Amino acid sequence: MTRLVYDETFEGLLTAIFQVYEERLQQVTIIPETDLQPDFFSEDVTVYTDTGKADRVWRGLKPFSLLRQMIYKAYLREASGAENTILEAVRYVLKTKNEKDYGHPAILQLANWTKEVGREKHRMEAFVRFKRAQDDTYIAVIEPDFNVLPLIAKHFKSRYADQVFMIYDLKRNYGIYYDLQKVDFINLDSERLKNLDAITHEEEKCYDVMWQDYFKSTGIKSRVNKKLHLRHVPKRYWKYLNEKNPY
Amino acid sequence: MNFERIREKLNILADAAKYDVSCSSSGSKRTNTNKGLGDSSGMGICHSYTEDGRCISLLKILLTNHCIFDCAYCVSRKSNDIKRAGFKIQEVVDLTINFYRRNYIEGLFLSSGIFSSPDYTMERLIAVARKLRLEENFNGYIHLKSIPGCSDELMKEAGLYADRLSINIEIPTVSGLKLLAPEKDHKDFIKPMETVKNNIAIYKSEKKLLRSTPVYAPAGQSTQMIVGATGESDKDIMYSAVHYYSTYKMKRVYYSGYVPVLEDNRLPALGTEVPMLRENRLYQTDWLLRFYGFDVRELLNKDHPNLDVDIDPKLSWALRNLHLFPVDINKADKRMLARIPGLGMKSVYKILNARKYRKLNWEHLKAIGIAMNRAKYFMVCDSKDWERRDLEPQRIKSMILQSSQSKYQKMYNQQLQLF
Ligand code: SF4
Repeated sequence: MTRLVYDETFEGLLTAIFQVYEERLQQVTIIPETDLQPDFFSEDVTVYTDTGKADRVWRGLKPFSLLRQMIYKAYLREASGAENTILEAVRYVLKTKNEKDYGHPAILQLANWTKEVGREKHRMEAFVRFKRAQDDTYIAVIEPDFNVLPLIAKHFKSRYADQVFMIYDLKRNYGIYYDLQKVDFINLDSERLKNLDAITHEEEKCYDVMWQDYFKSTGIKSRVNKKLHLRHVPKRYWKYLNEKNPY
Repeated sequence: MNFERIREKLNILADAAKYDVSCSSSGSKRTNTNKGLGDSSGMGICHSYTEDGRCISLLKILLTNHCIFDCAYCVSRKSNDIKRAGFKIQEVVDLTINFYRRNYIEGLFLSSGIFSSPDYTMERLIAVARKLRLEENFNGYIHLKSIPGCSDELMKEAGLYADRLSINIEIPTVSGLKLLAPEKDHKDFIKPMETVKNNIAIYKSEKKLLRSTPVYAPAGQSTQMIVGATGESDKDIMYSAVHYYSTYKMKRVYYSGYVPVLEDNRLPALGTEVPMLRENRLYQTDWLLRFYGFDVRELLNKDHPNLDVDIDPKLSWALRNLHLFPVDINKADKRMLARIPGLGMKSVYKILNARKYRKLNWEHLKAIGIAMNRAKYFMVCDSKDWERRDLEPQRIKSMILQSSQSKYQKMYNQQLQLF
């Protein structure tokens, strides 16, 4: 058994897949370097991430745009062992051309992960709450279940074209920053982001309070349905929703 | 900004607006091309949910709750002794922009009590929308309420700034309206609908000739009916709904279980339970009509003027039409698959896709995530195993009810006890 150890980047994963084909590896698993546990029976090979090779794999999958989508989202899902499901699906689709065959376990698994990541993306587009800083940057902090920042950047850029903003993923310690021209990835000292109140604009408090008021007044008491409410807004998301954290 | 004053107005005017259930923010296609603020080209987002589980997508407020009318079912009616308030135009603009910039909302849903005259009121609503679009470069979603009885010219202007226009018919029958809102004329509701429908058609055909033609109410129009205020049947409600869908090309009809807000002997007493289950069944029926190819006469008719409370309308229809089942899921067309109780359109598409590659058996169906507890009585697949007994409708119904824990079970047990 060969173990291909990669650096956890998407290009790294594609490079590993390239290597599987190039070296015609049959008994192979792909594992992230942080998960590496010594295994007496296998031979470990380090994958050197190579954009050229990654590109070739990506281009090779071009006829299967649905599969490409699923691979990228399954990668962002960060499930353990996802690399091998992805590899299996790639092998199956290249052989049979059936990227929509949900009867195949690997394809079905990718489809499910894709759905989960899609749901999380949609949630973040909804649940991001910006605070206006003194310098007029709008800042939001999130901790999504999956790594969806790369997926939501476009949505926020087209929505807030005239507003400098930053969305920071505290769990993965990186963020996106829009400077009115383009969106960049950034790394910051996450400790500083834990107490935003120190840098927010004076009017922030007013809008914060009015939004909480609005949330309360728009509910209809005689219809209360807590279970339904929780299904839509699971507790783990409450931390950054100001309407759920009254003053 | 006088924060405390605005805060008080917001509390009063959001509270008065909440009985309008529409909160849709989809279907607009308004993109951010001017590097301004906002984009409504997506699916519409629920930024939060109320504690009753309804989507919060728009800042839904009244411009004012002062009103010269006295409709019995409305909190803002003239004779009701409540606090009154009114926003200035700029105040609504500022609130909308600031909520939007913080990603609280998709846009504004502005309605109003009628003060001085319908036209005067409508002008003020339009002024807010105009300011948002022209001065603030706002491309978020705007839903304006059409004020019954306002002029065609104003309706025409409203659609140039609003994504959606709506006018709530509220009472499904003309006789009910006479009883509860005697000062209002049915025609005053219909005329703005007609105007909006015609303008949408005109602008659409002009756009085909001249690309620079502005869009007019790109998300169409909608209406709402109150359920359970006047003793109307489900058939009355749904036949009206079908009429509005087809005659006025409505995007949506909303059904709102009546929430008793004041004492009036023409209406259900205060404390009467909101008919939420009934409301839910009406929405299910609405879906079956719009997406599942049902005709309203199949679901509601002379012999069957009200929907079943304990089972959903599709199951109820199937039990009345057992001669059409079981359906072979490897052969049936899309239309018939969609009629199997328990199968949603998503499942139907999954089946259509999966059966291209192999004949499906129970295992396959389970693997692609089809919920079987209702469906199994109504279909056969590639397996010798299927429900062979010639079961009576009543028996199927009770087996299904036993195996499913309806989220409403508690509620209809309560409601059934009343009979
Ligand atoms: S006109 Fe509208 S706001 Fe005024 S009482 Fe009637 S329903 Fe209420």
